[in-house]
Amino acid sequence: MSRVTKHSKWRYVLLGAITWLAAFTLPQTAHAEYADVVINNYADAAGIRPAVFPHWFHRIRFRCKVCHADLGFQFKAGGNKITMAKIIDGKFCGACHNGEIAWSVENCAMCHSGIPGTPTHFHGSTVQRLIAPAYKPVEKQ
Amino acid sequence: MKLRSKSVFLGFALSLAISGPACSQGFVEIQAGGVEDMPLDYAPEYSPVNEVALPVDEVIRVAQVGGANIFNRNLKKQKMKNAPPPEDGIHDTENEGTFVLQPPLEAYEGLPPSDFGNYVDWVKALDEKKLSPRWDRVDSSEEPFVMDMDIVRPVNASVPDVVFPHRQHTEWLACSNCHPAIFIPQKGANQINMSAILLGQKCGVCHGKVSFPITTKSCKKCHSKPKPADWQPPLSEATLKNPWR
Repeated sequence: MSRVTKHSKWRYVLLGAITWLAAFTLPQTAHAEYADVVINNYADAAGIRPAVFPHWFHRIRFRCKVCHADLGFQFKAGGNKITMAKIIDGKFCGACHNGEIAWSVENCAMCHSGIPGTPTHFHGSTVQRLIAPAYKPVEKQ
Repeated sequence: MKLRSKSVFLGFALSLAISGPACSQGFVEIQAGGVEDMPLDYAPEYSPVNEVALPVDEVIRVAQVGGANIFNRNLKKQKMKNAPPPEDGIHDTENEGTFVLQPPLEAYEGLPPSDFGNYVDWVKALDEKKLSPRWDRVDSSEEPFVMDMDIVRPVNASVPDVVFPHRQHTEWLACSNCHPAIFIPQKGANQINMSAILLGQKCGVCHGKVSFPITTKSCKKCHSKPKPADWQPPLSEATLKNPWR
């Protein structure tokens, strides 16, 4: 009897250790806020983390029209080809992130906060949630 | 009294059905007072119909075919709603700026909840004046040009017809955001279907990415005008031409 309990106890300890290890080593599934955009057109190549744009934060402060009509942001993740040169010229993010309306560009780590290697995408978009990926090519026989 | 006569009649009919007119076997005559002061002996024994007793030593069977038969295999489970940036899986925890960013739940306090997207009803929040986002980049006093015009789009399928409300959209967007690039401002000029929307075209340019997503819970936000009471789904060609019909 005692032998059985001893055996099962150690089994649980081992199982616990494995799950604990797995939790740290396996890639974690992302569950970021809906409509967060990761922009990685040039960031990885330039040796900096990709930028993460939180729509929810900006929506509380501005209506869609301000960026998407006045500032010329296209309705497409990564479709605006934003560079730091354009930003310091006062275009795109730089229209507000200039130290007057919002904090200035020297706060690199605030935007460039994504996990390196993350591709440009809309987090939680419907296309991402489709079970059969829309972009999967049809295999020819 | 009504109950009594009804049960007597029922009992009579039952006895007739079982053993002919002359026999009254199994017939329970209810007393004058009705069901309440019926003698206990007459009360029928309660036996649950739908309950099935569990076997005492039941063996729980587990599939032995690898991981093929997992329940909800293709569903991505959302583990955490409105996770703070360091825990959301896209922000780098080795970046000190990640910990300066505001957690969404902090900003959503007091905003009306919803079942999908950010779990915030943004339109309702604006209607209830819980938010006051600027219409202009610098001038906070500028007001949007709101156009209140509903457009009804009939749907061939049995789902309710679509009502497009201009009001909610013009509170956030300028006309030029949608017209004429995404939607031609002319009746009958726009072909819209759910496949296109799911792939990010037409309404899907925003819905499914930023504004409320396309889920089973959100269908009725657009498909909101019920079909007339006498509406019948049109029969398909294959049914109409079916030779064995």
